[in-house]
Amino acid sequence: MGMIGATLIRAGQRFLSSLPALFGVLVFTFLLMRVLPGDPAVFFASGPNAGKEEIEVIRKQLGLDKPMPEQLAIYLYDVGRGNLGRSMMTGQPVEKDLKERLPASLELTLTALLIALISAVPLGVVAALRPNSLIDHGVRLFCSLGVCVPTFVSGLLLIYVFYYLLGLAPDPTGRVDIFTTPPPARTGFLLIDFLLAGDLDGWWAAVRQLMLPAFTMALFVIAPLARITRASMLVSLGSEFVRTARSVGLSRWRIVVTYALRNAILPVITIAGIVFSTMLGANVLVEKVFSWPGVASYALDALLVSDYAPVQGFVLLMASVFVVVNLLVDVLYGIADPRATVA
Amino acid sequence: MSAPLLSIEDLNVTFSTRRGLVQAVRGVSLSLQPGEMLGLVGESGSGKSVTGFAVTRLLDKAGRIANGRILYKGQDITRASAADFRNLHGAAMAMIFQNPRAALNPIRAVGQQIADAILAHKRISSQEAREAALNLLRAVQIRDPERRMNAYPHELSGGMCQRVMIAIAISCNPQFLIADEPTTGLDVTTQKVVMDLLASIAAERGMATILITHDLGLAARYCSRVVVMEQGRLVEEAAPLTLFHAPQHPYTRRLVAASPTATSRVTDLVPDGELKPSIEVKDGSPPAHGTPPLLDVQRIVKRFDDGTAAVTDFSMTMTAGESVGLVGESGSGKSTTSRMICRLIDPSEGEILFDGYSISKIPARDFHRSPSRKDIQIVFQDPNDSLNPRFTAFDCIAHPLLRLLRMRSGDALRQRVEECAHRVGLPKELLSRFPHQLSGGQKARVGIARAIACSPRLLVLDEPTAALDVSVQAVVLQLLDRLRREDNLAFLFVSHDLNVVRMMCDRTIVLRAGGIVEQGESRALFANPRTDYTRELVDAVPHIGAPAALVPA
Amino acid sequence: MSSMDASSTLRHTIWVLRGNLVTAVAAAGALFLLLVAIFGPALVPYDPVASDVPQALQPPSALHWAGTDQLGRDVFSRLIVAARLDLAIAITAVGISFAIGAVIGSLCGYVGGRLDRAVGRFVDVVMAFPLFVLAMAMVAALGNRVENIVIATAIINLPFYIRFSRAEVNIRRNLGWVEAARACGDSHVSVVLRFLLPNVLPAMAVQISLNLGWAILNAAGLSFIGLGVKPPTPEWGIMVAEGARFISTGRWWLVAFPGLALMFAVLCFNLLGDGLRDILDPRMRT
Repeated sequence: MGMIGATLIRAGQRFLSSLPALFGVLVFTFLLMRVLPGDPAVFFASGPNAGKEEIEVIRKQLGLDKPMPEQLAIYLYDVGRGNLGRSMMTGQPVEKDLKERLPASLELTLTALLIALISAVPLGVVAALRPNSLIDHGVRLFCSLGVCVPTFVSGLLLIYVFYYLLGLAPDPTGRVDIFTTPPPARTGFLLIDFLLAGDLDGWWAAVRQLMLPAFTMALFVIAPLARITRASMLVSLGSEFVRTARSVGLSRWRIVVTYALRNAILPVITIAGIVFSTMLGANVLVEKVFSWPGVASYALDALLVSDYAPVQGFVLLMASVFVVVNLLVDVLYGIADPRATVA
Repeated sequence: MSAPLLSIEDLNVTFSTRRGLVQAVRGVSLSLQPGEMLGLVGESGSGKSVTGFAVTRLLDKAGRIANGRILYKGQDITRASAADFRNLHGAAMAMIFQNPRAALNPIRAVGQQIADAILAHKRISSQEAREAALNLLRAVQIRDPERRMNAYPHELSGGMCQRVMIAIAISCNPQFLIADEPTTGLDVTTQKVVMDLLASIAAERGMATILITHDLGLAARYCSRVVVMEQGRLVEEAAPLTLFHAPQHPYTRRLVAASPTATSRVTDLVPDGELKPSIEVKDGSPPAHGTPPLLDVQRIVKRFDDGTAAVTDFSMTMTAGESVGLVGESGSGKSTTSRMICRLIDPSEGEILFDGYSISKIPARDFHRSPSRKDIQIVFQDPNDSLNPRFTAFDCIAHPLLRLLRMRSGDALRQRVEECAHRVGLPKELLSRFPHQLSGGQKARVGIARAIACSPRLLVLDEPTAALDVSVQAVVLQLLDRLRREDNLAFLFVSHDLNVVRMMCDRTIVLRAGGIVEQGESRALFANPRTDYTRELVDAVPHIGAPAALVPA
Repeated sequence: MSSMDASSTLRHTIWVLRGNLVTAVAAAGALFLLLVAIFGPALVPYDPVASDVPQALQPPSALHWAGTDQLGRDVFSRLIVAARLDLAIAITAVGISFAIGAVIGSLCGYVGGRLDRAVGRFVDVVMAFPLFVLAMAMVAALGNRVENIVIATAIINLPFYIRFSRAEVNIRRNLGWVEAARACGDSHVSVVLRFLLPNVLPAMAVQISLNLGWAILNAAGLSFIGLGVKPPTPEWGIMVAEGARFISTGRWWLVAFPGLALMFAVLCFNLLGDGLRDILDPRMRT
């Protein structure tokens, strides 16, 4: 009970301390809207030929004639209600656009994270169990190289090899190829929706389409994850409590898994949060490379045509995802480490 | 004599390091009888711990048994397979370690850790193992064992962690136990409780024990036989009384002399040491009547940001040339007090007068400009971290001269630094070295030279020898005592070691939980403590009251 | 003031490099990159922006070592010329964030207390934010120009330096030699600047080197998505972006060579960072 309580307090504290940053992001996005070159009122006017009066009317409608603090208050109120403005590009409310595209981004990011964790942790553990062996050197080389390849380059090279040379991967654009009928949208996650619809062929098509972008993104974060797993596993294995475990004759499995690995995983949990937010950033690049219809490519398209409401909405969305992920990491950490009390 | 339980024959252990092979243990042979408690004594680098780890096959990867046999019940266990050894671990032999908190898994409940050890060797249900673990916690006298079963190491004190460690070690009834510095780092009263517990458990279960320690007194108090090691070799083996009163080997003689006891004097520590002051000692004539004391501390208090008080109420006075000891266990506030007096931190309340002038009015952050700065200097505890790693020994000693005496680089400075180095017995050639190129004793000398460079009048010594081996400590203590007499320095000597304080200080103040428990003339205070706490402290110090006459001159 | 004369440093450096081939190679690589950035533009065989449409999309050959792009420009020449811009962006950005971050961090770490905890927590939070997104939005807000790429990269690097110098100073502030410096007559400010910073610098050098790699990736990423640098300026990120269109038809050289250049730069700085730690640590000297 004490542990759960402490964990909740910790998570709560973390939440509170992320509020200033969140508020900062809100103000930042507000300024983004205000400072940017170009008058928002002009955008919302009927067209480039709109008269001065028309623009004035719109300016009034948008509240742009009010003093800054009041505008900020109105803005915060709007954001609080989930009103993020309208996109010029699609003509739809931004929150609707984001909601449609978020599952695509999440599906990609979560799959990549899963791939990264499943491969990085064992790699790190194996390398640490045999330091300076061939495997260890291999893992270290891979880690050194892995953090150096930009995602957009590795993505393109994967396309070259698996699509152009080998022909194993489907045409690297979008979530499903044009010949597959998308399933009725229930969750927005194609892999789940196809299964719900009982369409296994469609499901397989979606998986094939997902693999290249997911691996591209995973490749980028496997290296840091494996590296920290290896490092903290080495620390654990060399620690005094592992020596104690050996001194009373515990089995190798118990020493490696229960004693060493469980301690070594703590730093991995901590950086998993940072890794996840790196992936949110990398999303922008990967979605562009693979024409993935997610929130990042949406924001990017908008940014390039100076449509700022979607950009602002996207930044806010990332901020909220980041707060949720950090809370999750805190709760996980609290469960994994009894020492994690109120710091 | 029955057949030995364990016998080590001509053991050699080597470590491969960056500079090639290093011989840590060279041809050690010894035996352990069933039920016996054997002391393995030596200073750092003597190979005593390595011997222990070689027996239990817990050497670091770089270490290797190069030669020799280790016979357990007649079987050579250096040739045993890993699987066989796993059965020996715990069931035949167990080990307890120096730092009990680090030796326990930080994220596993202690009860579970004991149960793990039991389950490794017995085919019983985990429920039965928990029962057994609970009984073991009772056996090591942990209060409220049911609740402690689910505690994590960070929730327990150091002494409690060591008891849990003992419980783990004895969980499978090993034939013998190797205790590697089991109480180093624990307070002296805790040390006594833990050692008494260990001794009684060993006696109860007929378990043989090897006690590895740097503390001759501790070994003498608990062991029936003591083996002394030096630089990987076994130099002497004897019963503790014989060892103390008639040591044979020259190294043992030096070691015995250097170990402070209740009766030793500074001059006894190093028989052929530097007794004579190198310069004429001014006769410390009593200060003229009416002169204010050198230091007058009036009711200082230190509270931290979070409201906890490190020092609740502390007052003292000191005259010039006097030496006063400040003793207490960890958390008693002795370090905080010493830092307030040398004006590195500000007291929350109270006043400090130096030479009759208040120096506590000047905030600590401005005190470096005060003319009194050069009069109050400090020697720090750990020589390893008291020297700037990027400064040479010369730079370290020159630093206060440049800052406080405003000397300029040049011949005068060089001469002054060399003179200081000479006074602390530091060879001139070492002045160009960086701290990591110096030994512990040499670093301590640099720290002392730096502190006396500006001829201070009050020297605060914060556990100046706690991190040193006894033989080095002996030399450093003599050095300090000589410097004090030569310069008529006043010493505020902070220490946890009662024997050292008794030797070095005219008066002693006993601190506990931030307040003064008792104070008085050192020898009288320790001979007849007036409070229970001081008596407890005095009793806990291991010694074997050797008659002064028997200490070899 | 510390008497580490140059010759002993040099000797130590050579000793470390001899014992550590990887670092030596990385250092040589980083030096090579710098030389390319300085002298490269004067030496390239072709004008990096001159198009030669009949020669468009040629694979690598003796004439065009890294092939030509869709406008017939020589990819090799563009790669070389781009080094200057890419390195300049990264070095300026890292320099700015190091200068500001190290001072803020050291002071916080030394002073401690509530302000320090607040700063520490805030920095933790910012670091966990998707920083690339932040940089993207900043460039959008400040204007789509190269200077703003530098500023955005500097700002997202800042928390790393604050956190790093803060932690490094914090573990040292209560060490004996820091207190000894005060007892020897140094003020707090002098302790931080003359004692703590020099001791923290080796660790910071490692961080700088690693961050340079990261900054290069970031700047290239931003220009890949069309922010900051504009065509036809040669820049590795843009070159990849322009080549991306041709990858599914097998024109690999347009992506692979700028990609390799990026990788090489980042790899050199990363490996150099690991090696620097050994060189600058006086405890390694014997």
